[in-house]
Amino acid sequence: MTKLIVILLSAVFINNYVLSRFLGICPFLGVSKKLDSATGMSLAVIFVMLIATAVTYPIQFYLLTPNNLEYLQTIVFILVIAALVQLVEIILKRYMPSLHKSLGVYLPLITTNCAVLGVTILNVQDYPVNETTSFLWGFTQSMVNSLGSGLGFFLAMVMFSGVRSTIEGSDVPKNFKGLPITLIAAAITSLSFLGFGGVIENLFA
Amino acid sequence: MNTLQNFSKGLIKENPVFVLVLGTCPTLATSTSVINALGMGAAATVVLLCSNIVISALRKIIPDKVRIPCYIVLIAGFVTAVQMLVKAFAPALDKSLGIYLPLIVVNCIILGRAEMFASKNKVFDSAVDGLGMGAGFTLALVLMATIREVFGNGTFMGMPIPVLSENHISILTMAPGGFLVFGLLIAAVNKFSANKPQKSEFGCAGCPSAELCGKLSCESEAKEAAVSD
Repeated sequence: MTKLIVILLSAVFINNYVLSRFLGICPFLGVSKKLDSATGMSLAVIFVMLIATAVTYPIQFYLLTPNNLEYLQTIVFILVIAALVQLVEIILKRYMPSLHKSLGVYLPLITTNCAVLGVTILNVQDYPVNETTSFLWGFTQSMVNSLGSGLGFFLAMVMFSGVRSTIEGSDVPKNFKGLPITLIAAAITSLSFLGFGGVIENLFA
Repeated sequence: MNTLQNFSKGLIKENPVFVLVLGTCPTLATSTSVINALGMGAAATVVLLCSNIVISALRKIIPDKVRIPCYIVLIAGFVTAVQMLVKAFAPALDKSLGIYLPLIVVNCIILGRAEMFASKNKVFDSAVDGLGMGAGFTLALVLMATIREVFGNGTFMGMPIPVLSENHISILTMAPGGFLVFGLLIAAVNKFSANKPQKSEFGCAGCPSAELCGKLSCESEAKEAAVSD
């Protein structure tokens, strides 16, 4: 149980997908202008990360690995995620129109989001303990990691949309207007996450 | 447009990283050292060249409605091939690029060029465009990596630099440094292209999946931009 909490918290704070792993920068810069779209996008990302992991993890270990087809991982994962997102969108539209209204518009955008493909690939990777041994995450740990990664994305998006609303009203040098100042604000936001390094492991050690 | 112009536009005028602002994730993540940047640039260029050639050759066969999934399958195939080659011939590079190697699949530059150029142009032109864009991507990556490695680590391609190696600013090789250097470089590009129309806001317009999410805030964003102008 402690291990799961460590996985969850490190995925949110230390290995934050946006701010320390640089995955999903496009939505982070593109959709973080307003708080409500930032929230909608991140909720959709959490949702898709969870179902994508739930589907790709068994595919990797019951289909690809036993048949020595690991090299097909990239193709299979991206296709499965794309098909899955479409399917989920159709189901939501038919049975949960209210949820579709708030999340639906963000779903197609997520198909080619590197954070989602990234989390599914990282979940099925070996984690080296030392030179000779490595361990694989179990299904539960993978799901917890996906949840943590999604929550980390959510946290970064919400924080950053707050930062951006402050930038909007400030007087910025001409050449820094727009994207450059946004990136520099992202650097400072990312700096604040650097302080979490080593905290989580020692908290439970 | 002649061949040379077609090639050189990717280097400076339409540099995929600094002007079109595509492929930000690999740019930030793999520019920690020059070797990584060169490796990533070469891998992405190979994929871009192959995918542009094949997509351009198949542009009359691929039905318009399912073109994006078709492109993704083709790109994923080439990425897998490159991944296997890198694993076989440069295992150290494979280790340091890690997850970002398979993630070339979702690199916006590749899908973007397929959608914007290869699907409308002849095979040769598309190949030249792919090479030019790949070179521009590599150039941008190497430029960023040089700054980050020289000042952040005090080395250049692994060789220590006399004074800087004792006084390096290690934050530059970490995540915040990536954002900072990228922001400063784009500001510099804005400064030197001041009289040309510049991309001031990171919007939906340049995104290759803009059409997919047409329902999203693109229209409202465009309206807002028009109002604020």
